[in-house]
Amino acid sequence: MRGLLPFLASRLLRAAIALWLVSTVVFVVMRLSGDPVPLLLPPYAPQSEFARVRAELGLDRPLPVQYAVFLGSVVHGDFGQSIHFRQPAIRVVVGYLPATFELGLAAFALALIVALPIGIVSAVKRNSAVDQATMALALVGQSAPTFFIGILLILIVSLKLGLLPTSGREGWQSLVLPALTLGAFTMASIARLTRSSVLEVLRADYIRTARAKGVSDAVVVAKHTLKNAAVPIVTITGLQFGTLLGGAVVTETVFAWPGIGRLAIQSIYNRDYPVVQCTVFISAVLFIVINFCVDLIYGLLDPRVRSS
Amino acid sequence: MASSILASARAEPAPSRARRTRALAAGGAVFVALLIVAALAAPVIAPADPIRQSLRGRLSAPTLSGADGRSHLLGTDHLGRDVLSRVIYGARVSLLVGFAAVIVGGLVGATLGLVAGFRGGWTDSMIMTLADAQLAFPFILLAIGIIAVLGPSFHTLIVVIGLSGWVTYARVLRSQVLVLRSREFVDAIHALGGSVARVIARHVLPNVLSSLVVIATLELARAIVLEATLSFLGLGVQPPTPSWGGMVHEGREYLDSAWWISTAPGIVLMLTSIVVSRTGDWLRDLLDPTLRGE
Repeated sequence: MRGLLPFLASRLLRAAIALWLVSTVVFVVMRLSGDPVPLLLPPYAPQSEFARVRAELGLDRPLPVQYAVFLGSVVHGDFGQSIHFRQPAIRVVVGYLPATFELGLAAFALALIVALPIGIVSAVKRNSAVDQATMALALVGQSAPTFFIGILLILIVSLKLGLLPTSGREGWQSLVLPALTLGAFTMASIARLTRSSVLEVLRADYIRTARAKGVSDAVVVAKHTLKNAAVPIVTITGLQFGTLLGGAVVTETVFAWPGIGRLAIQSIYNRDYPVVQCTVFISAVLFIVINFCVDLIYGLLDPRVRSS
Repeated sequence: MASSILASARAEPAPSRARRTRALAAGGAVFVALLIVAALAAPVIAPADPIRQSLRGRLSAPTLSGADGRSHLLGTDHLGRDVLSRVIYGARVSLLVGFAAVIVGGLVGATLGLVAGFRGGWTDSMIMTLADAQLAFPFILLAIGIIAVLGPSFHTLIVVIGLSGWVTYARVLRSQVLVLRSREFVDAIHALGGSVARVIARHVLPNVLSSLVVIATLELARAIVLEATLSFLGLGVQPPTPSWGGMVHEGREYLDSAWWISTAPGIVLMLTSIVVSRTGDWLRDLLDPTLRGE
């Protein structure tokens, strides 16, 4: 376990700096923007009303004070009142979180279930028609824009074939297309990575030894190859899970899925700053925590990582 | 030894495969050339004014003789505008934002990478921590926040998309500088009165040029997709200026009755992204296999 503590400390420090940077950028950006007060009041409200609301939101104080107050309250999970929902922003965002988790987990599970077998088969049947077809598809999946994959799925599966609903969140049927859309990039990446790690292992001397001993192909793949190919797959897979959060904004907008991604976009249109701040910050925390855990698992699995 | 020989023997591409790679590369080159011509000569090539509306010719399917007496090879949209013309003009937006963002990101990244490498110490740690922090976050969320607040203009879009991609350039330049700084001839140049600029121009840049070309190509694909995504969310190029992402968004409501409004620009965008990023992969394998891990 030598070297684990410094490794842990450096990763924690990095996570903390990332969080501080994100909150600072969020603050600066939000304060650069227009005044939210006119959106809150009727068009011909008296001047005194404007001053009262501005003071209520703390917008009349000097910027450094606002920044200090902001940082202090962020630590306590207090992002102020949502202007649109008229309740604490954090409560609004937490209310939308389950839908995003559900979508993210479904996308991730779907990606793994589809991609792992494809990657293994492609590697074992290298250069076969199956390999070439699936890898070409994977390349498309990696470079096609998420929103257009969603539009194509809606057009073909929902509208032309009438198989699944186009939007909303009712029953498992409405989860399939968003999960497929959000998971497409991850699916393609994991399939390609699985293929290349399995190929890598298949070339190793111990696999040739096993083959030479007369072990059957199925056993070679199942017992010797997969275990050794797993480490890079686990790492990249974990990092992909964090990246899914970014894609959720687009997917949720395309499918009108009531999660925090769509909430963020709608709050931008409503100029509901507290909710936008809170959403960006909560996503950052989730992303950083997930990456931290992945780093940690990787550091435990593979001691060589700790020194880098 | 034996295993490496085996590996290299297996990695040898079959002749049919090499031929197909060449055919694909040629096809990609033709596509990119067409796109650039379309963008440059849009007013000459486009059959119609991309923002001219026509109430009588609304939602017309792809046709050679529309209700307004014109041909619309890719149909018309909900305002009666010719989709083909809008796709052609959309190439301008995509390529302009894409190339400009790559230049912005490249300049910022290269400068910061050189500064980090030559200065070292605190400056280096700060720049590299910033890079780590930025990589540790899905940038699209920040981009959305920033653009929503500053207002979606061409300049904001280019700067935000450009800044989202500076890290890779910075890392490559920094590590090259670090490699060179450990060599004696660099000290010798300093001792003889040679300037830092001379070291950069004569020794750093030639060594990283191929890496930079590869990164810039991959970044171009990313920038084009990011612009389209932001435009799709309503945070990018604003109507009535035609952009591929914006067109897909406009056609979203008419998907059932007029599928061509969304699919035409979407397919062109998808092809562009695939072709450009494949070109980047291909260049990487050709010029700089060490970048594979990035």
